[in-house]
Amino acid sequence: MTTAYALSDTRVMIARCLRRSLRDPEAFFTALMLPVVLMLLFVYVFGGAVKSGGTYADYVVPGLIVLCAGFGAGTTAVAVAVDMSSGIVDRFRSMPIHGSSILAGHIVASLARNLLATALVIAAGLGVGWRPTGSPAAWAAAVAMVTAFILAMSWLAAAFGLLVRSPEAANAATFVLMFLPYLSTAFVPARTMPAVLRPVAANQPFTPVIETMRGLWMGHTSTGAAVGHEAWIAAAYCAVIFVAAFAAASWLFRHRTAA
Amino acid sequence: MTYTVNASGICKAFGGKPVLDSVDLAIETGSIFALLGPNGAGKTTLVRILATLVRPDAGTAAVAGHDLLADPVGVRRSISLTGQYAAVDDMLTGVENLRMMGRLLHLPPREAKARSADLLAAFGLTDAGARRVKTYSGGMRRRLDLAISMLVKPRLLFLDEPSTGLDPRSRDQLWGFVREFAADGVTVLLTTQYLEEADQLADRIAMLHRGRIVAAGTADQLKSSLGGEVVRLQFADPAGYRRALASVPAIRTDERLRTVDVGTDGSAAAVHDLLGLLRTTGAPAARVSVERPSLDDVFLSLTESSAESSSESSTESSRATSSRATEKASTR
Repeated sequence: MTTAYALSDTRVMIARCLRRSLRDPEAFFTALMLPVVLMLLFVYVFGGAVKSGGTYADYVVPGLIVLCAGFGAGTTAVAVAVDMSSGIVDRFRSMPIHGSSILAGHIVASLARNLLATALVIAAGLGVGWRPTGSPAAWAAAVAMVTAFILAMSWLAAAFGLLVRSPEAANAATFVLMFLPYLSTAFVPARTMPAVLRPVAANQPFTPVIETMRGLWMGHTSTGAAVGHEAWIAAAYCAVIFVAAFAAASWLFRHRTAA
Repeated sequence: MTYTVNASGICKAFGGKPVLDSVDLAIETGSIFALLGPNGAGKTTLVRILATLVRPDAGTAAVAGHDLLADPVGVRRSISLTGQYAAVDDMLTGVENLRMMGRLLHLPPREAKARSADLLAAFGLTDAGARRVKTYSGGMRRRLDLAISMLVKPRLLFLDEPSTGLDPRSRDQLWGFVREFAADGVTVLLTTQYLEEADQLADRIAMLHRGRIVAAGTADQLKSSLGGEVVRLQFADPAGYRRALASVPAIRTDERLRTVDVGTDGSAAAVHDLLGLLRTTGAPAARVSVERPSLDDVFLSLTESSAESSSESSTESSRATSSRATEKASTR
């Protein structure tokens, strides 16, 4: 009975967060336009100057997925902070509902939003000449990779939103998540960067996620490492971020709503 | 006598600063109880503690028969909280808000839908039901807030500063609904900084000042704690004013307005005698009014005394006041 209620509460909260996502026209438009505009920009404006070994579309799609999904997950921080600064969470918390359903609603809505953004990047990529060679199994693995990434980033953003509380400050999360891909192998191979940046780009968490998808879709990574190797590192990063952010968000939620 | 809220010794400090200092509270079932106090007195903290949002540092409380700490879920099933800022979702429509809350209260979908339609009608929101709450006026948001609270009739309804930001018409409307709830058997705990609101609505009032209840009782009990009534005499000219000053025991005067306040027991005979005395001294009063002290007077006298004297003595007097009030209430 309690499990049934927990599921029902979570379903209601997911519906609420999805409705709110759809009704913020500015954010929704940005989330939809970003993949398309960035794809055109990178492939047609910058792409010609990048020596990536192959067409630039073939190179850049995983990077843009991580950029768009990261940015989209970052907006979860704002959504959570908006909730915390309004009276509605108090009301929810004074009702006989499962407290976990409130954050779960935000996370699932974030997953839905950002898988949609991922689909748009893929569609735009195919439109500008991206020709992935991966098998259906490789596609499934790549989608699983991006899902795990979105999940980890959404929890991280939720924890950040709970930590800073104000929607304006929470906006910084989107900035960081949108900026980090530039210091990864998203847009250019690490070997083309200055020596100082190379280890940063090679070792920051976004790179293995991007390289895993690149390897799965195109058959080779830009770092020269095996896909399996990158996948292990990416999975470890996502798992650690997920567990830490989940624990932090749960703790913060209990304490922030009880002050 | 049954009590919906029975709290004793509630203490809470934030960052070492005491916000509530050993607060006792007993609220009779079906009554409207006002927690009156200025900003920062601890009203909202007390509400949040009783609504299970904040754990008290010390003290015990039972809400609708459920122990606050041992059975918070039981408490949550019995209460409804409307916050200082209407606790509704701006981005959803009125109907969506109601149905969402109905589903969260575990009403079956069909019932949630039916109740939502009924409540929109009852609170005059049928036409606005399909609009987003963002477009609502303050009064409409409050009404939606109350409608949500009535999805499942609560045993205890918290109204945290319900009339803040409302125009007088919306406020009167709100008061009407609150009286209806109480008549319907819902116990209401409202916080307010408006003495008039407490005076108009509440069966009993507790005055909270710096985390302590400095007085408690009915509005009448609190007013009579300041002594009897006051006859205010106003004189047509300064000469009459001065002659009157010399002949009656004034408790308060205002030279500019030429008014003299005299203590009285409120009887017609006493006022008659007073006016007769003034006529014989050649200072007939131009205007006369008989006034009871307002809750403002009570509140100001209590908070001033506790600001001036040591906090110990003010606690003594408040204990005396509240115990007297309790005795009176229990003999009713």
